[in-house]
Amino acid sequence: MANEAYDVNKMPEKNPLSLQIDLKKFEKATEDEKKQADIMSESTSFFRDGMKRLRRNPLAMMSIVVLVIIIAMIIVVPSVVPYSYSDIITVNGKRDKTATNMSPFTYSKLEQQYIDEGGKVFPHIMGTDELGRDYFVRVIYGTRISLVVGVFASMIVLVIGVLYGSVAGYFGGKVDLIMMRIVDVIYSLPDLLMIILLSVVLNEVINVSGNSLLGRLGTNMISLFLVFGLLYWVGMARLVRGQILTIKQNEYVLAARVSGAGSGRIIRRHILPNCISVIIISAALQIPSAIFTESFLSFISLGVKAPMPSLGSLANAARSGVTTYTYKLIFPAVMIALITLAFNLLGDGLRDAFDPKLRR
Amino acid sequence: MDKNYVPDKENLVEVNDLKMYFPVKTGLFTRTPLKAVDGVSFAIKPGETLGLVGESGCGKTTVGRAVIRLYTPTDGDLFFDGKRIDSQSIGSMRKDMQMVFQDPYSSLNPRMTVEDIIGEPLDVHKLYANAKERREKVLHLMELVGLNAEHATRYVHEFSGGQRQRIGIARALATNPRFIICDEAVSALDVSIQAQVINMFEELQEKLGVAYLFIAHDLLVVHHISDRIAVMYLGRMVETADADELNNNPMHPYTQSLLSAVPYPDPEIAKSRKRIILEGDVPSPLHMPSGCAFRTRCKYATEQCAQECPKLTDRGNGHLVACWNK
Repeated sequence: MANEAYDVNKMPEKNPLSLQIDLKKFEKATEDEKKQADIMSESTSFFRDGMKRLRRNPLAMMSIVVLVIIIAMIIVVPSVVPYSYSDIITVNGKRDKTATNMSPFTYSKLEQQYIDEGGKVFPHIMGTDELGRDYFVRVIYGTRISLVVGVFASMIVLVIGVLYGSVAGYFGGKVDLIMMRIVDVIYSLPDLLMIILLSVVLNEVINVSGNSLLGRLGTNMISLFLVFGLLYWVGMARLVRGQILTIKQNEYVLAARVSGAGSGRIIRRHILPNCISVIIISAALQIPSAIFTESFLSFISLGVKAPMPSLGSLANAARSGVTTYTYKLIFPAVMIALITLAFNLLGDGLRDAFDPKLRR
Repeated sequence: MDKNYVPDKENLVEVNDLKMYFPVKTGLFTRTPLKAVDGVSFAIKPGETLGLVGESGCGKTTVGRAVIRLYTPTDGDLFFDGKRIDSQSIGSMRKDMQMVFQDPYSSLNPRMTVEDIIGEPLDVHKLYANAKERREKVLHLMELVGLNAEHATRYVHEFSGGQRQRIGIARALATNPRFIICDEAVSALDVSIQAQVINMFEELQEKLGVAYLFIAHDLLVVHHISDRIAVMYLGRMVETADADELNNNPMHPYTQSLLSAVPYPDPEIAKSRKRIILEGDVPSPLHMPSGCAFRTRCKYATEQCAQECPKLTDRGNGHLVACWNK
């Protein structure tokens, strides 16, 4: 029936005075032409689509480059530069007591002598500190500690926050009520006080002297990690819970339940993949905040154990001589600024790239 | 709940006096039950379609979701294949009962490929031996609903509304169910696509012998696809009859006004038809009128209607009406 209706010869004649379009001017679409309407755009996954948009964001790409350079530096520099972060500079086997508080790219008297005799001395790119240790290596080690603290702390926050938040959000009702009140209680605890108390207690309880990484970091750092694990995950838990509360209203979650899928499968396959972008973004933004907290704690002498440097403790040490040796404050401060700025911009870029509402 | 209620063996699905109340906060400490569904009974035979119509908010969707136990009913007896549906037995029945959802945009997970969406019920019930068999089954289902095999690896956002609804239907068919609840399954589609999807539902019924509970608000669509039609108003069933019987001889004043609102495709006849326009608004389900829920808008309402709620009574030919007025 449909085919007859489109037969050109059976079309009614057009009245010459009528403004209607002459139906005879239309012709039937061929099978090929019909198929053209079906052709769909290139198949892209959500992740690839997001990455494509991230790559078009110059600020985010720049911060990735900065971060890659910093990470490469903290890996490579300690094995290239012949100084260590804890030892006073030695020239030809002798301790160089004159090599304190030097400006960038200068040599002490002993070093100058040694160079004149034909020896080779690696330049002090950022000078030396008040005890005669190479400042460049110390800044690099400080960056290493700060980054490790940042990444680990945000990992702890991520794991605990996502688990807690998804359970509270998914099961809802009374479970949610009780779990969220616990969060409220934790939220009200003063974090700084907790860190101080914990580090005092940990000093008494556990003995982490020795040469392990934790031993070198000191109990202050362990209490910092503990406090992140105990207190800082609540923000992430709230965020994840909120996301899950909205996502579980979607009909595809109902459809999965109708199919007989269990709670674990629904959370894993349906709910988490749909809020993963928000989680990744806030984890990326958590890193600079952890670095900042660590720097702040080191600044008030609650951070890493000496002689291990961190960016915060370096800045704190430089404070006393800030008028004379300004560069000693500038180097760690610039490093902190670069890292936090890069992570913040990257987090922003990730949010823009993966937020479906901002799609063009 | 009536523990002694015995379902009819001929019925695939039987619902007796289903009640679904949601507690709503009306004050700081007070909660009033919102009677979304208040005593609904119906039965569906194998391979039969029951259409459920009524205006927005009358409890159609709630009935569907309570039957498939997305909600736990407040009261009532639900049976599938002679067995009582409760929180224990539902697990084994999931395979035989499926649902097609209203909104093809939110009922498919945007992070999954079409193959994974259709394959999910297969995964859950472990209906395949290996990856190859799973793929074959998914491709067969896609062919059944008229999708190309090459679409299997694509994501949902690349499809049009009609195609998405087909994906949703393929998912519902994956476990070879005997009963599918179509919750406004065509309402979100435009008319030409609606026709395609409805024809597909009918073809699938012929081929596979599934029974449908077809929930919709479009009387024309429901009349076309259903064997029997049930009309709901404010959580109660007001009339149920065979599709043609209900269409030609509506007895409840609410059904009469609903039918008079259906647009007629011939303008000459449409002009001569009398439109019954209801006065007032639907009462809030929190403050239901006493007696018959429809009496506040019914022009035949009497003293009796305000005092007692009419029960569904047979007026011959299996035509049940809940109205005092005869």
